[in-house]
Amino acid sequence: MRDSIRFRLNGRPVSLTTDGTRKLLWVLRNDLELTGTKYGCGEGVCGSCTVLVDGRAVHACQADVASVQGKKVVTIEGLARGDRLHPLQQAFHDHGALQCGYCTPGMILGAVALLQANQRPTREQIVQGMEGHLCRCGAHQRIIAAIEAASGQRGGRDD
Amino acid sequence: MTDRARIRRRDFVKALGGGILVLVSLPSPGLVSDAAAQQRRGYPTDVNAYLHIAEDGKVTLYSGKIEMGQGVMTSLTQMAAEDLGVALESIHIVMGDTETCPFDAGTWGSLTTRMFGPAVRAAAAQARLILTDLAARRLGVPRAALSVENGVVFVTAARSRRVAFGELARGQRITHTVDERAVLRSVREFTVMGRSPKRLDGREKLTGAAKYTADIRLPGMLYARIVRPPAHGATLRRLDTSAAEAVAGVQVVNHDGLVAVLSPDWETSDRAVRLVRADWDVPAPAFDTESVFEHLVQAAPEGRTSESAGDVEAGRRLSARTFDVTYRHPYVAHAPMEPHAALAEVKDGKATVWASTQSPFGLQPQIARAIGFRAEDVRVITPYVGGGFGGKAACPQAAEAARLALAAGRPVQVALTRSEEFFYDTFDPAALVRVVSGMDAAGRLTLWDYQVYGAGDRGTEVFYDVPDRRVRVYGTWSGGGAAGYHLFGVGPWRAPGANTNRFAAEQQIDAMASAAGIDPLEFRLRNTKDPRMLAVLRAVGQASEWQPGAAPRRTGRGRGLACGIDAGTYVAHVAEVTVDRATGAVEVERVVCAQEMGIVVNPDGAKMQMEGCITMGLGYALAEEVRFEGGRILDTNFGTYALPRFSWVPRIETVLVPNDDLAPQGGGEPAIVTMGAVLANAIFDATGARMRRLPMTPERVLAEIRRG
Repeated sequence: MRDSIRFRLNGRPVSLTTDGTRKLLWVLRNDLELTGTKYGCGEGVCGSCTVLVDGRAVHACQADVASVQGKKVVTIEGLARGDRLHPLQQAFHDHGALQCGYCTPGMILGAVALLQANQRPTREQIVQGMEGHLCRCGAHQRIIAAIEAASGQRGGRDD
Repeated sequence: MTDRARIRRRDFVKALGGGILVLVSLPSPGLVSDAAAQQRRGYPTDVNAYLHIAEDGKVTLYSGKIEMGQGVMTSLTQMAAEDLGVALESIHIVMGDTETCPFDAGTWGSLTTRMFGPAVRAAAAQARLILTDLAARRLGVPRAALSVENGVVFVTAARSRRVAFGELARGQRITHTVDERAVLRSVREFTVMGRSPKRLDGREKLTGAAKYTADIRLPGMLYARIVRPPAHGATLRRLDTSAAEAVAGVQVVNHDGLVAVLSPDWETSDRAVRLVRADWDVPAPAFDTESVFEHLVQAAPEGRTSESAGDVEAGRRLSARTFDVTYRHPYVAHAPMEPHAALAEVKDGKATVWASTQSPFGLQPQIARAIGFRAEDVRVITPYVGGGFGGKAACPQAAEAARLALAAGRPVQVALTRSEEFFYDTFDPAALVRVVSGMDAAGRLTLWDYQVYGAGDRGTEVFYDVPDRRVRVYGTWSGGGAAGYHLFGVGPWRAPGANTNRFAAEQQIDAMASAAGIDPLEFRLRNTKDPRMLAVLRAVGQASEWQPGAAPRRTGRGRGLACGIDAGTYVAHVAEVTVDRATGAVEVERVVCAQEMGIVVNPDGAKMQMEGCITMGLGYALAEEVRFEGGRILDTNFGTYALPRFSWVPRIETVLVPNDDLAPQGGGEPAIVTMGAVLANAIFDATGARMRRLPMTPERVLAEIRRG
């Protein structure tokens, strides 16, 4: 099956002809060579492949590429504005909220979606909102601190 | 040094071009574990690091270590910058590339900062000395009149008389070797650095630019899905790959029994591999998650005594009370977020393999053997590693990828799925500990007769004052497989064996304190004279605002204490928990950790590792267990194998206890070793139930509460 898929990716139009049932994760990583989006479990239970689709956090390993037809997709590569990090990226940097870095792209995009839905979440709401993201290095405490620090700030790209 | 090693060193030096090169020679045990093997492969046996100042002033540090999240890219660079006198940003570090970096056995054992750090500092200090001498000649002043700052040497009394490192290095071809004595001197001259720069790998990791092995793309590369058995020990009876081969773009390769489906995209390979019809003979299960412990005792290899003093029989007679308890630890997965991956390219008689490994130099001969190449014709490059914890000490995917690349004539990527990652993990071994201990009427320890099956001796060191003691060790934490003592491949898991051993030892001590009616902190302080242990115990007591009192209090809320030594570092933890006595669910509210690790190179980096250890430790303590039936692994993804999530994470407080008289000790592992025990002791205080088997799941806690 060949389908014509068009969507906006990190602010730019993308058009591809491919099988629409393919998963967004592999289209991003292989066809578009945006390897910042990571494979972690393939079942939507670890959050490593999280991207934004129309501002909402989506597991790219579960989403058919046809499902983003006409939508806005943001991956980790599209979050900073030039050299200026998105406030959440900066907060993660400032708080040392990463170690191996493998879960970090999904973690940051999950946090972006969280703050878009709720500009000033409580600590409890942050914990609940991030519960679907696994980090094996144990950076959780610093990730929560980074999200708290970035809450209420605006900036970066969310289209 | 053999001729070959000498030639090899010359090649390295030549490849770097002109400038100033400082080689570090540190033939001490632990750092260079296998000199003979290195020599066979043509590496200089005695060089552990290079620091190069190029003619354009660029400074490059070459290290065989790898970065897997532990932050050594930053701490090594920081050390070099400090002693060389340049800004952190002006040093480039090359890690884990067998072509350009000096030999290194592997990144493990919390050794990098401890052993390798002093070598880097000595090299940097030497380079600074060479540059200062060159500047002295150029400026016509004595060395003592000069200062160094930000890569510039200047006359202290006349700052405008200055010359940059690059100018000094130009036209030079200086090679200098720093030896062990210089390194030890540099350890003595350490000043506490006490600064915590932001991670040098931070920006790349935050923007998605950081490349991990599975992110590397080569023209014409193919993605492999390998035909895997349903159980360990299974043998292939019949294979039909015709349906897979019929898929457009797919080729099936069979390299001496390694059967793989290859195509230019991962999804096609994944779809096609499901069309392969393979019939397997699976042996009848001999053991499972429950019966493995009998096997460990019955099949135990000859034991060895790792520690002995006095006479345990005499100790038994002197004991007013004895305690005979058995503790159990299951198979635990490493479960790094990045599954193992490798990408191999074979071209013109040379193989280049990118691999997610903690041991690039260890992989080199493995790959060579697998494809019939000489080791020197194999180059292993280590991109960022997405977590290792010991699990990436082994990376058989590198040889698989090389074999498939050779067979296919194109670059091949082997990246494990999560279920393959669980299946092929070299687990933290299932293990059993039996402790018989005793004390006199005053609560002084009189007997410690300790036997450990399957976990090895790390963490068994008796730092309590027990005159009559013995530690017997049956088997280790490595090896295993079909015919081995261990039922599955097992290997190092963050502080290998120590989590098992501290779980047993610190509960045993706690149980004795309780039986004596003595406060657990007081009991420990009374029974050890080790000044470093006393210091961390007092520090954790103070930081947690410990109130004296014997356990158990049985109020549903509890606090626990546990301590240990690992990688030269002393740790003590206090945990506060709430136990739901109706469900057995444990909520960890607070963990306080005091750690004394000698000189602290990067305090924030050290704390980050402590927090990571505590958080990761919640997993093996409360939930992680790889269940199996014979050779079948029943937990193959995070749906049933639970890792710690955000809601589990307590308030974590870390305290670094200063000891600037001691060289830096290990930091990546110590703070995890007591997590099982400290939570078990807190659960005991809350409920009166003793948890002698890991993990302490709600079902098990409830069962113990009901047993009373």
